[in-house]
Amino acid sequence: MATQALKLDELINQGYRPGFTTFLEADTVPRGLTEDVIRLISAKKAEPEFMLEWRLKAYRHWLTMTEPHWSTVRHPAIDYQDISYYSAPRSRADGPRSLADVDPELLLTYEKLGVPLQERELLAGVAVDAVFDSVSVATTFKDKLAGLGIIFCSFSEAVQEHPQLVRQYLGSVVPYTDNYFATLNSAVFTDGSFCYIPPGVRCPMELSTYFRINASKTGQFERTLIIADTGAYVSYLEGCTAPMRDENQLHAAVVELIALEGAQIKYATVQNWYPGDKDGRGGIYNFVTKRGDCRGANARISWTQVETGSAITWKYPSVILRGDNSVGEFRSVALTNNYQQADTGTKMIHLGRNTRSTIISKGISAGHGRNAYRGLVNVAKSAVGARNYTQCDSLLLGDQCAAHTFPYIEVKNPTAQVEHEASTSRIGEDQLFYCQSRGIAAEEAVTMIVNGFCKEVFKELPMEFAVEAQKLLSVSLEGSIG
Amino acid sequence: MLEISNLHVGIEAGKTLQPILRGIDLVVKAGEVHAVMGPNGSGKSTLAQVLAGRDSYTVTAGDVRYLGGNLFDLPPEERAREGIFLAFQYPVEIPGVANIYLLKAALNAQRMHRGEPELDAVDFLALIKGQLKRMGMDEALLYRPVNQGFSGGEKKRNEILQMAVLEPRLAILDETDSGLDIDALKVVADGVQSMRSPERAIILVTHYQRLLDYIVPDQVHVLSQGRIARSGGPELALELERRGYAWVDGDQVAASRAEAGSQRGAGA
Repeated sequence: MATQALKLDELINQGYRPGFTTFLEADTVPRGLTEDVIRLISAKKAEPEFMLEWRLKAYRHWLTMTEPHWSTVRHPAIDYQDISYYSAPRSRADGPRSLADVDPELLLTYEKLGVPLQERELLAGVAVDAVFDSVSVATTFKDKLAGLGIIFCSFSEAVQEHPQLVRQYLGSVVPYTDNYFATLNSAVFTDGSFCYIPPGVRCPMELSTYFRINASKTGQFERTLIIADTGAYVSYLEGCTAPMRDENQLHAAVVELIALEGAQIKYATVQNWYPGDKDGRGGIYNFVTKRGDCRGANARISWTQVETGSAITWKYPSVILRGDNSVGEFRSVALTNNYQQADTGTKMIHLGRNTRSTIISKGISAGHGRNAYRGLVNVAKSAVGARNYTQCDSLLLGDQCAAHTFPYIEVKNPTAQVEHEASTSRIGEDQLFYCQSRGIAAEEAVTMIVNGFCKEVFKELPMEFAVEAQKLLSVSLEGSIG
Repeated sequence: MLEISNLHVGIEAGKTLQPILRGIDLVVKAGEVHAVMGPNGSGKSTLAQVLAGRDSYTVTAGDVRYLGGNLFDLPPEERAREGIFLAFQYPVEIPGVANIYLLKAALNAQRMHRGEPELDAVDFLALIKGQLKRMGMDEALLYRPVNQGFSGGEKKRNEILQMAVLEPRLAILDETDSGLDIDALKVVADGVQSMRSPERAIILVTHYQRLLDYIVPDQVHVLSQGRIARSGGPELALELERRGYAWVDGDQVAASRAEAGSQRGAGA
C-alpha cells in the first residue's frame, strides 16, 4: 500500500505536457469591459450593424445578471474588468491567404501539439479551422467543401460573407439572455467557427477545429454555429489544448447546433486545456454553453465529449428535441485529477412525439479531483411516446477525490419512458492486482481499466480522435493508483 | 525452484497485525506438483496471494527464494514475467476490457521481458484458438469483457486458459476446483494435467480431495493455523478426507500447547 501510494504521488506530479508559449505580437485591447470595448471589437471586425446591436443588447442584459453559484464548482471571484476582451495575432492584419502566409511560429505551435496542418490536410482529409487566440488563421479545404455548397469558415468571415445566415440562426438556440456566461459571450465573442451544410448534402469529411489559448489574461470567447439543413449530415470535431500559464483564464464559449428535418449533426470534443498544477494553481475555467436544436422531424444530434483538461469544467451540452421522432445523444468522459473540478452533464428537452434520448456519462476522479454529473431529462406534455435512457458511472481512484450525481427528471407526459442507471466504483486493488499478476505493470493496468470503463464513449469517436482520447487519458492518469 | 523458509505473514486489522502464516517451510522443485490443503482460515489462500505479490499482506519474517533470487524483491508484474502464475479463486471482472486484450497484453509483457518480439494479432489468435479448443471454450468468450457475466465455471476455465497461454514456470492454483460441477472440474483438471512438465512446478491449493483424483500430486501439505501441520504423499489427502480437518487441527492445538508449555518451562 505504502509503496503504491508513494508511486502514485510521484506520477501524479508529472507536469502537463503541451506547455509552452508562442511569442507573437498580440493586438490586445486594454483590460476591462464597457460599451466602448464592445464597439471596438465590432469595429475591428468591421461587423454589420445588426451584430453590434446584438452584442450591445447582450451586454446591457449581462449588466443586470449575477454570476451563478448553483454548481459544485468552487473558484476565487473572477474580476471581469481585469480581462482583455480582444487579442489577435498581428499577422492577421495582413491576412494570410494560404498556409504559406501563416506565421511560421504559429504553425510550429500546432506541430508541437501534434497538429501539423499540412499533414492533416494530406493524410487525414480533415479540414481545419484553427483558432489561435481569438482569430482564425488558417482554413483549409474550403474550396473542396464550397463545391458541395458547404460553408465552413471562421465566424468573422461568415459575418462578412453570409450575414443573412448568421442573422437567421445566431442566438436561435442559445439566446443572448440565456445565462451569465453565454450572455457575456454574446457581447464580446471574437471568433469561432461557422458551418452550414445545404439540404441533402452529406459532408464528406470530418470538420475539425483546434482551439488554443495563448496571450496571458485574455479570456477567450468563441462562438460556434453549425447548421445542417434538411437531410444534411455533418460530423464536427473540436479539440483543444493550452500552454502552461500561472493565472486562471476564463473560457466561455457558446456552441449552437441546428438540425433541420432529417438532418444529423455529430459533435465531438476532446478538451485538454491546461488543468492547473498539482496544487491546483492556474488552469483554465471552462464555462461553456453548448446546445443543439432538432428543429425538424427525424433530426438527430449527438454530443460526444472527452474532458480531461481545465481547472474547472462547467458545461452541459444539451439537445432540444423539437421535431417528432428526433434523437438526442450525449456521451461523456470527464476526468479530474489533482484539484480539477468538473460539473458536467446534459439536458434533454423532449417536445416532439416519439423523441428519443440517450445519456452515457463516465466520470473519473483521481487525486483531489471533484466530478459531478448533472443532467436534466425533461419530457413536455406534447412529447407523446418519448423515451430516455441514462447511464451514469463514476470511477474513483484514490481516497481524496469525489464523485456526485445530480439527475433531474421532469416528466409531464404519461406515455414517456425514462430510465436512469447509476454506479460508483473504485478501481479495485483486486483489478489492479489481477492485471499485475498477469505481468502487466500497474500503470498500464490503470490505463487499461479506465479505458475499459470509457469504452462506450470512445467507440463513438472518430478513429483518430479515439486514439488521441485514449492517449490523453493515460497521460492524465499516469500512476493514479488507488 | 521455490524455497519457502520460516515464512510469517500477517494482515493489518485496525492497529494490530493479525498473524495468518506462522512459519511455513516448503520446497517445491521443477516438475513437482504440490497440493496445499487445509480448512478455511488456515492460510492457504494467503500463501498463494503472498507468493504472487499481493501487497495487502505484511511479511513479518522468513524468506522466499524463487529461481535462486529473493522473491520479495520483485513487484507482482515482475514475478509474473519471471514465470509465476496465480489462478485466482475469485477472478475479478474488468468491465470494457476484452478478455483477449488482457491476454494479449499479458503474453506480450512476458515476451518483451524475455527479449522476444511481441506477437501480432494474427499469430496470437492462432495460438489462442488452439488453446481455446482444448479448454472447450466458446470463442465468443474472448471478446467479452474480462470475467464479466462469466459463469463460475467459465471464470475458472478462463484462468486455466490464461495459464495455458502464459506457460508459467510455477503455477499456483487457488481453489480452482471450488464451485465447479463435475464436468467442469474434469475439463479444468485435464487442463492442469496437460501442463505438467519436468520444467514446471504446480501448487494446487484446495479444500477437497476430489481434484486430486484427477491430478495426483507428488506431495500433499496440510495447513492448519498458519503452519504446515503434516506433509506426505497422495495418501495423506485420502486420509484427510476420511478423518477430517479436526484430525490435523487437533495436532496443531497439541503442538501449540506443547510450545506454550515449553516456553513456560524455559521461563521458570
